[in-house]
Amino acid sequence: MVMSKGLKVYQVIINIILILVTLAMILPLVLLFMSSITEESTLIVNGYSFFPEKLSLEAYEYIMQNATTVFRAYGITILVTVIGTLGNLLLTSMLAYPLSLKELPGRKVISFYVFFTMLFSGGLVPSYIMWTTKFGIKNTIWAYILPNFLMSAFNIILVRTYFSTNIPVDIYESAKIDGAGYMRIYWKIALPLGKPILVTVGLFAGLAYWNDWTNGLYYINKSELLSIQTLLNRMIRDIQALQAQSTIDSGSLMKVPQVSIRMAIAFVAIIPILIIYPFLQKYFASGIMIGAVKG
Amino acid sequence: MKAKLKINRMWQFVPLYFMMLPGLIYLFINNYIPMAGIVVAFKKFNVKDGIFGSPWVGFDNFQFLLSTNDAFIIIRNTLLYNIAFIIVNNIVGIFLAIIICDVLSERLKKIYQSAIMLPFLISIVVVSYIVFAFLSHENGMLNNSVLPIIGASPIQWYNEPKWWPLILIITNCWKGVGYGTLIYIAGIAGIDTSLYEAAELDGASKWQQIVNITLPCLIPSVVILLLMSIGRIFYSDFGLFYQVPQNSGSLYSVTNTIDTYVYRALISAGGLGRSAAAGFFQSIVGFALVLTSNAVVRKINSENAMF
Repeated sequence: MVMSKGLKVYQVIINIILILVTLAMILPLVLLFMSSITEESTLIVNGYSFFPEKLSLEAYEYIMQNATTVFRAYGITILVTVIGTLGNLLLTSMLAYPLSLKELPGRKVISFYVFFTMLFSGGLVPSYIMWTTKFGIKNTIWAYILPNFLMSAFNIILVRTYFSTNIPVDIYESAKIDGAGYMRIYWKIALPLGKPILVTVGLFAGLAYWNDWTNGLYYINKSELLSIQTLLNRMIRDIQALQAQSTIDSGSLMKVPQVSIRMAIAFVAIIPILIIYPFLQKYFASGIMIGAVKG
Repeated sequence: MKAKLKINRMWQFVPLYFMMLPGLIYLFINNYIPMAGIVVAFKKFNVKDGIFGSPWVGFDNFQFLLSTNDAFIIIRNTLLYNIAFIIVNNIVGIFLAIIICDVLSERLKKIYQSAIMLPFLISIVVVSYIVFAFLSHENGMLNNSVLPIIGASPIQWYNEPKWWPLILIITNCWKGVGYGTLIYIAGIAGIDTSLYEAAELDGASKWQQIVNITLPCLIPSVVILLLMSIGRIFYSDFGLFYQVPQNSGSLYSVTNTIDTYVYRALISAGGLGRSAAAGFFQSIVGFALVLTSNAVVRKINSENAMF
């Protein structure tokens, strides 16, 4: 195909615009990274910058040598993300599969029960009171896992719709004729064939757990229970959140590189996302698109 | 015999109900109990009696909430920011979707899409650090490198309310525009290509094609997304308004929204009543708006309605 001159110009212009947009999306993250590897005294004189005069890994060295707080927080975040995501997938699929069966008595009522939670919410105050006074989750690891993120009506609806429309009815029928019960069909057919939607839902659940800082803000004030996001949240105003622990640990002589270390820890918090993103990008994209269609 | 068969038939569903139980219980605890707990807005709560045992106080909490200027400010901020976000993100999103779809190279297309989606995945806490790298009074890039170049003096960003509507709109667009863009890209991909071929034969320019084909075809998805956001117009992104301005007191006039107010009142001494009152208002108005916007969506296109 031969492009007319006008079309060529159009292609050049839109590509220039999109390159600028791409830079605008990525450069702030680059600034975060550059700030984290800038030498402390350069930072104090010149501030955060894309082109620091002097580079240094002191912030990362400090994290490696002293801050057990950071490691512990990282561990807590990983633990919470893994348990939360698995729990979410299990609960969601176990509720979605029966709801996808048209012959299930009471299916409509239960669907409405699930769906109504999307329309109306009691808000922060009653749920805060309930979780703290009735369940006593304050300052326990459950505070990160239980409130809000374990299951959402939206995901149940996505998975239910997938089970009932994307898996051919014939497969269910022939399994039934072969004498398989519902539990067996769930385990041997629905779950394996539902993998694409389960990966998508799991990805978003995992992301929500990894990025969550609100449960930590509401329910956690013990320094040894901080997750990485909660630690970051404390640290931005109060670098002591990091120091308090480390002086006890080692009495180390190493000075905290106060200005760069914030950025180093923030960068460390997004590394897993940056690593998995290229591989799982298509699941993120498809998740948003089905969400929009069904939304 | 027939009755027995029927019992057998029912029997086979029993495991399914058991299977659903954990999820249903979770929703009951996490969602339904707090829904009932919303009555706390009309009570003088004390821990000993719990939400349902505490004494009723009628509208005292609401009177307390309305006795200050706060109620007006938080509702105004929540609404105005949401309107600004809806307008900016949709316009930028549609624009980006249109030009991304026109890019010829499939590889570049994918790179652009991935880049625009990336900020969507980053936690708002980390976003607040990035904003801090730009705006920090002592070490920020703007005060140290950018403003001196244009000969301006440093600005105390975290103390000057006037800049924050702009900062928050830009931050929100940076973080959120990828979402809408992706949805509009899907919308454009669904447009019948023969329309464009016919237009090209008629000698329509690129601009004419966008105005006469792409935009009209996108209207249904725009309207749906718009109504969905209007249903949530009384809810604000707590992280954006709490984290990014770093909870700075001198910025409250332009950063306090219903959600930040509910949280700050909840943790302040004796603030639980007004916090619950503001939360009650949000829940009820939010519910009404979701129902209304859904009814409108169903009128336009029943397939897109939630129920």
